Amino acid sequence: MNLAYRDIRHNRGRFLLTCVGLGLLLGVVMAMIGIYRGLVVDALTIARAPAVDLWVVEANTRGPFAEASRIPGDIREAVARISGVAAAGSITYQTVEAQHRSAKLRLYVIGYEPTRPGGPPEIAQGRGIARSHYEAVADRTAGLEIGDRIELGRSTFTVVGLTQHQVNSGGDPAVYITLPDAQKLQFDLAPAALRIQQARGAGAASRDSVNAVVARLQPNASAEAVADTIWRWKHLSAITQEGQEAILSRSLVDRARRQIGLFTSLLLIVSAVIIALIIYTMTMEKIKQIATLKLIGSSDRTIIGMIVQQALALGLIGFAIGVALILGIKDYFPRRVVLEPDNVAILGLIVFAVCLLSSGLGVRAALKVDPATAIGG
Amino acid sequence: MTTAIGDRPLVRVEHVSKHFGEGETRVDALRDVSLAVYPRQLIALLGPSGSGKTTLLNIIGCILSPSSGSMEIDGELVARDGHWLRSDLRRLRLEKIGFIFQSHNLLPFLNATDNVAIALQLAGVDSVSARKRALDLLNYLEVGHRKDAMPAHLSGGEGQRVAIARALANRPSIILADEPTAALDSKRAQIVMDLLRKLAIEQDAAIIAVTHDEKIFDRFDYLFQLRDGKLDGEPQAGAAAAQA
Repeated sequence: MNLAYRDIRHNRGRFLLTCVGLGLLLGVVMAMIGIYRGLVVDALTIARAPAVDLWVVEANTRGPFAEASRIPGDIREAVARISGVAAAGSITYQTVEAQHRSAKLRLYVIGYEPTRPGGPPEIAQGRGIARSHYEAVADRTAGLEIGDRIELGRSTFTVVGLTQHQVNSGGDPAVYITLPDAQKLQFDLAPAALRIQQARGAGAASRDSVNAVVARLQPNASAEAVADTIWRWKHLSAITQEGQEAILSRSLVDRARRQIGLFTSLLLIVSAVIIALIIYTMTMEKIKQIATLKLIGSSDRTIIGMIVQQALALGLIGFAIGVALILGIKDYFPRRVVLEPDNVAILGLIVFAVCLLSSGLGVRAALKVDPATAIGG
Repeated sequence: MTTAIGDRPLVRVEHVSKHFGEGETRVDALRDVSLAVYPRQLIALLGPSGSGKTTLLNIIGCILSPSSGSMEIDGELVARDGHWLRSDLRRLRLEKIGFIFQSHNLLPFLNATDNVAIALQLAGVDSVSARKRALDLLNYLEVGHRKDAMPAHLSGGEGQRVAIARALANRPSIILADEPTAALDSKRAQIVMDLLRKLAIEQDAAIIAVTHDEKIFDRFDYLFQLRDGKLDGEPQAGAAAAQA
């Protein structure tokens, strides 16, 4: 006769309600873990999108994401000629606000050369950019659709393709356009500002600048060796892909990552305390029954088994509810919630351990129960 | 008086004392109490609140150790000079002692049959045999028709009979009852006492009850009066006490 199951069945309404409460709490914990993971993944997405091995940026900067970087556009040709480089592409990054229908969109505009590295990794719907001007590939999170027209600066672009999960570290959706369009958007002065510039006698600044040049290396080439070659040119810096990812994850999103990490840890501690309290309260409510069981000859093992089984059932059902909840709503979050199977498994193990430890409190209370309590007086 | 000459007492308590605390906070709950209870005997422990009735019942039930004195259960010396001589008191309780409580103390999450069967399963009886014996006992106590009812749906008398069935499940030789009729009306109280008498005779058991219920005094063989932790005079015969 399984006493834990019988007790749960007898009080199933209350037990399930407790499980739902715990499930909501664990759902929040999982949401925080997902947001934490999403922040890291988002931060790395744009840097991983071009699938390159080397980033060439302005000297003494950690661009183009952590710091501003501006280099001449013809650097791309010089980089492409270095031994070991298979392909190189110029690239620009710029955050702009655009009006679409009645809403303001904050977009991360990426300018690239369609035949060279730097473009979107995959087109989820539609096609890539085929014309040299005024076509765009946008991420789905921007809410744009194929055929939509959107104004960026003084030009209007037609959305010809959609990507999936291409956002920057701030969660702004990426929009890919051709490099000349992006240079015009980023470096061209407004007509009034240009007139003032000309009146002051300054010539028109060159538009042929980019934020970085990305390079894909040949299979047997060493990224460090190519980077060393580039470092010899005093006006440039070279960062390997690993270095770029380290900059992004350690410095750019580090504070936000630690903030969410700390909050998630606190939430886990709060959950552990709540689980312990629930199990302890469940046990204390059964003190008279435990005393009766002891009096009629029940062994400590039977009583411990009853408490531990109920604690584990509570944890398991609560955890399952939490997982179902977060899987059901994760796509409605404004920022990406990334829940990897290993994250879920680790949280499951933590909940299991917490339930076991928490049931220790209840077990301790149960073992201290005097069988005479059943008799009273 | 139904004690057969030559019977060995099922419970023998000799010069048992029990105190709680030490120094200024010391409370003497029992002082030099001696009594013997034989098979087929029903005895009642009487006395005002705090006189030591429940303490004595707890000591006989091997729940509370005496501070001094000795105690034998079914011929086995189990306590001497304030120490238990047997380590496995749980097994002793399981095999020799049945408990009946004032408010029946049935487990609310088990039905009537399982409330009885649990006592058997704790003793190692398999589930099928335990349920069969539980049903036999419920039928014997005329509450078999309520075998599937949960305790919350049993009347006071039905609940007490299920509790008695549970106390009898492992065929104990000693049944300890704490106010067994307190929650019952006088008619049902008489039925329960008749039942206990029948069990004592049919199973050669000794029944020791704490009670305040004067209406059932005449159903006991002996009434032991406790006052301030001591036995107050010689035990009175139950029927004689009721007449007085």
